[in-house]
Amino acid sequence: MHAKNISILSALMAIGLALTGCDSKTSESNFIVIATAGPMTGQYATFGEQMRRGAEQAVKDINAAGGVLGKKLKLEIGDDQCDPKQAVAVANQMVNKGVKFMAGHFCSGSSIPASQVYQTENILMISPGSTNPKLTERGMSNVFRVCGRDDQQGQVAGDFIADKFKGKRIAVVHDKQAYSQGLAEETMKQLKKRGVSLAMTGTVTPKEKDYSAIVTRLKKNRIDILFYGGYHAEAGLIVRQMREQGLTTRLVSGDALVTQEFWNITGKLGEGTLMTFSPDPRKNPKVAPLVAKFKAQGFSAEGYTLYTYAAIQVFAQAAERAGGTDAAKLREQLHGSKFDTVLGTIGFDAKGDVTAPGYVFYEWKDGTYDYVTF
Amino acid sequence: MEYFLQQLINGLTLGAVYGLIAIGYTMVYGIIGMINFAHGEIYMIGSFIALICFSILGLSGVASVPLAILVVLLVTVLFTAAYGWAVERLAYRPLRGSFRLAPLISAIGMSIFLQNYVQLLQGARVKAMAPMVTGGFVVTERAGFQVTLSYMQIIIMALTLILMAGFSQLISRTALGRAQRACEQDQKMAALSGIDVDRTVSLTFLLGAGLAAVAGVMTTLHYGVIDFFIGFLVGLKAFTAAVLGGIGSLPGAMLGGILIGLVEAFWAAYFAAEYKDVAAFSILVLVLVFRPTGLLGQPEVEKV
Repeated sequence: MHAKNISILSALMAIGLALTGCDSKTSESNFIVIATAGPMTGQYATFGEQMRRGAEQAVKDINAAGGVLGKKLKLEIGDDQCDPKQAVAVANQMVNKGVKFMAGHFCSGSSIPASQVYQTENILMISPGSTNPKLTERGMSNVFRVCGRDDQQGQVAGDFIADKFKGKRIAVVHDKQAYSQGLAEETMKQLKKRGVSLAMTGTVTPKEKDYSAIVTRLKKNRIDILFYGGYHAEAGLIVRQMREQGLTTRLVSGDALVTQEFWNITGKLGEGTLMTFSPDPRKNPKVAPLVAKFKAQGFSAEGYTLYTYAAIQVFAQAAERAGGTDAAKLREQLHGSKFDTVLGTIGFDAKGDVTAPGYVFYEWKDGTYDYVTF
Repeated sequence: MEYFLQQLINGLTLGAVYGLIAIGYTMVYGIIGMINFAHGEIYMIGSFIALICFSILGLSGVASVPLAILVVLLVTVLFTAAYGWAVERLAYRPLRGSFRLAPLISAIGMSIFLQNYVQLLQGARVKAMAPMVTGGFVVTERAGFQVTLSYMQIIIMALTLILMAGFSQLISRTALGRAQRACEQDQKMAALSGIDVDRTVSLTFLLGAGLAAVAGVMTTLHYGVIDFFIGFLVGLKAFTAAVLGGIGSLPGAMLGGILIGLVEAFWAAYFAAEYKDVAAFSILVLVLVFRPTGLLGQPEVEKV
């Protein structure tokens, strides 16, 4: 009786397997599978959500307009938690799923190791948010990005600090991760070039809660301006703990602060915090209907949402023009032509970096961020 | 000097939180000789319950901050203690008397279970709460360097002191304390002389979880950023603190917690901050090499 049940069960399972086998075969011919991957869970999940929302909306809009090459797009979502090891595992997973294009990853520390997988497997990758220069500096032909680079970002930050905060005591602190350290070093380079000397440098350990020791060091060195290379959670905690110890030091950071979660952590204490980010694509009137669409879902298209959207637009347009999804043909298109996206008309240089506007400064005020006014 | 004083305050605050959690490890070890690896998760659950309570109070328009903190402390301690009790009842009691590794593995399983449970229920994203208690005193000031002591730091240290004092009284003066000490020495003999061992162990778990809940409330209030994974690192540090102070010893756990907090703060203050965990654990190794029972631990007497 028992043995019989098991054999029936295994027969059913075999049929099930066969069915799913057929299914994936038919879907392969009707769909083009693309993917986005980033920190969908964990500490940086707020950026993962931006990517997921942007990607889902892009796929929906492109499919509604007839798809790509007469086929519908199908989106796969990978979760790398900004962990370099997991990023490689996710990349391999995506290869197995037959992904033709990757709109990811987010953290530079994840994108760099994952790109190696996409390069060898001949899959096109456009990162919406990885700004570490190394990503496109290794001569990998399949690797592109629609965001800026930290050497540009650091240069803008360094110049701004040198111009606006003359004679102030300046510190640079980072959390040792690929993005953070890259950004901090590029900023220091530019500050040095401008003849600004630093009063203090230091590092912190990410994912901790207590940064009071480094805050006291800032206080001892009478720091006026703290340039922080790192992500919003630690930056928020540092701001809180600075105010608690009576410091009025202004925090200046990069594009990893463009999320409402920063303000959730700091509350009013975050007032006046500065950050660099690309010109806000939401301000473009042509994008207004799309931004409204996001708003209708109860989501503000902040940070990298529209960058992920744009990366998928680039893929769709390149595939149409190339008449196929082969990586070699796609990259020919990417290098040779311009694309009409929610970020405006963009193209790519020989390295794979976007030829779009650089960085501007934003300021946190009243729970929202806008261009700096001073 | 002022710099030293400020770092001392930083380290003591951090250490107080570690100490509160370490007591939970040390009490459980003292009484049933097992390491409750799920204790860090109990602390994490405490901080989540605190956050939920604060949100509910905020929504229902409770304006008085001291009242809110008091209510949240009570509710959180109650609920978290219930979790601590349930963990013992479900995962450890059925295994009591089986081989030594069984409850240990069960504890690790419980820790993973609780992490995933909170992740599924509350989502994997970081939860934040804007600062509630702000401001503080300037203790001294020299050459523009102010030594500050925030209200929050005072609350944490005062609460820890009160709880510590209360607990040493409880252990040395009350019937429950006497029962706990009896169970610690010899469970079978304690049972023979009329002590309800199961009840005593249950109460120990309740108390340990209650202290972890206080630490959770303080974390939510002071740092304001929590996620389902915070129990792991803090639990590890608190466990280290318990071993450093001498596992099984209540004052040892507190001392260990404060030492770990101070080492972290001072190492980050005077040396490279990235090596502060290395420093803390190196000290643990050194202490264990020269004093295997920890700083205040009693060497185990061989029973004949």
